[in-house]
Amino acid sequence: MTVLETRPHPIDRPQGGSLIGQFEYGLDAPICLTWELTYACNLSCAHCLSSSGRRDPNELSTEQCEAVIDELQRMKVFYVNIGGGEPTIRPDFWHLLEYAVNHDVGVKFSTNGVRINPERAAFLASTDYVDVQISLDGATAEVNDYVRGPGSYDMAIKALTNLRDAGFQDAKISVVVTRQNVEQLDEFKALADEYGATLRLTRLRPSGRGADVWDELHPLPEQQRVLYDWLLANGENVLTGDSFFHLAAFGEALPGLNLCGAGRVVCLIDPVGAVYACPFAIHDNFYAGSIVTDGGFERVWQNSELFNELRSPQTSGACTKCEFFDSCRGGCMAAKFFTGLPIDGPDPECVQGYGESALEGSRTVPPASQDHSRRSPARNQPVMLTLARREDLVAPPVSACAEGPLAGFIP
Amino acid sequence: MLDEAWDLSPSVSLRPEPFGALAYHFGNRRLTFLKRPELVSVVRGLGSHDDVRSALAAADVPPAQWTAYVGALRGLADTDMIRPRATAGPIEGNDT
Ligand code: SF4
Ligand code: SF4
Repeated sequence: MTVLETRPHPIDRPQGGSLIGQFEYGLDAPICLTWELTYACNLSCAHCLSSSGRRDPNELSTEQCEAVIDELQRMKVFYVNIGGGEPTIRPDFWHLLEYAVNHDVGVKFSTNGVRINPERAAFLASTDYVDVQISLDGATAEVNDYVRGPGSYDMAIKALTNLRDAGFQDAKISVVVTRQNVEQLDEFKALADEYGATLRLTRLRPSGRGADVWDELHPLPEQQRVLYDWLLANGENVLTGDSFFHLAAFGEALPGLNLCGAGRVVCLIDPVGAVYACPFAIHDNFYAGSIVTDGGFERVWQNSELFNELRSPQTSGACTKCEFFDSCRGGCMAAKFFTGLPIDGPDPECVQGYGESALEGSRTVPPASQDHSRRSPARNQPVMLTLARREDLVAPPVSACAEGPLAGFIP
Repeated sequence: MLDEAWDLSPSVSLRPEPFGALAYHFGNRRLTFLKRPELVSVVRGLGSHDDVRSALAAADVPPAQWTAYVGALRGLADTDMIRPRATAGPIEGNDT
């Protein structure tokens, strides 16, 4: 993708109308920016969205990272979601955290907990504008370690304990909803309550290594319903990153922003400074440019050809005829792309059932365009031996609700 | 509210956008969207006018719409995006 020299002629943007309508045409700066600081990781989760493991030799230096923060401050990107890899294993992580906060860029960072010892927890408790999100993909060690690897449950719980003991307010427990843990939604909620934390549920996308395990991990059609009902019942107290808007086609729309924000209000800066349309779209097809070689982040955000295409009216193929199109909008672009479905058709998890038939048809799953997975298996690598699943599941599962691209905002 | 003096909260920053502006409150971390350029002018002008009425007039908002604008301003006040000004009289425009 190329970054144009000058800003393309602005597309005719309608005045007034709904906020979502405006968002479709893009914003001058993102409101949900994810920045992955490193591809290095101490774990090797089976479904890692960024295929992380090894550090990339071209990782941005401390100075380059500071320059990114300076630019975000100028652009008034008021906060950034930091992830990885495992961001806290970068030796300058704590420095960059303070640097960002001191430059009016609030930070929410995701971690598996490996470096959240009592000292760091006390430091975090003493800062403003920092949110901590601990990843946990099972309410029990058995379910969690199945995908995240042996010892990862204990590591996360230890971090949550340290944060609570240090008086850190309102940590987030971030759960990717899978076929195996969708039955544990009430348990997750109880766990969050126990640690004074907020539960955040997000959707599993077939991105990165997730593409290899999606068929086995993504919630089954009847589980989608369970998730939806749980979200409707428990929505107010749970964050979702607005990631479940494809479930809106069950009827009532879930609270939050029902829109794919990729390249419009959402984007990703990767550890080497490459900009992609969305954290779940690390692929050449969604590459917008490089902050290193294309003149900085603002230029890429405003001038990338890809982003300007995404901000133009889209065709939605078969979905346009669907009565739920207004709230579902054809679902997630990344989920379609990485399962080999057409971007202008239904989501692979379309709750009206069109996804399943599309998945059965002929399709080619696109090859990955980057992989930072470790080359040799790590000691704590998940084994994914079959985990027994209660076939009788009927009742209560899921909860979730409010953390999409716009989590926490009242449009 | 029309006769009261208001101002943008000191912890709020406004970011211009094609549809209006985005307001971010560094204290409560709320993000709010000001969906009309006129509302942005009013909000920006609050601090430099004696009262809300003159801020609305200065932004060329037709009087027939003032009630609606006061409603929008009350919404902004609920999340501390704007707050009543303690000292009466115009002060320096606030453009954090
Ligand atoms: S809907 Fe999918 S592609 Fe769009 S922003 Fe969300 S995760 Fe990314
Ligand atoms: S057909 Fe398309 S718009 Fe309708 S529910 Fe399925 S994915 Fe959503």
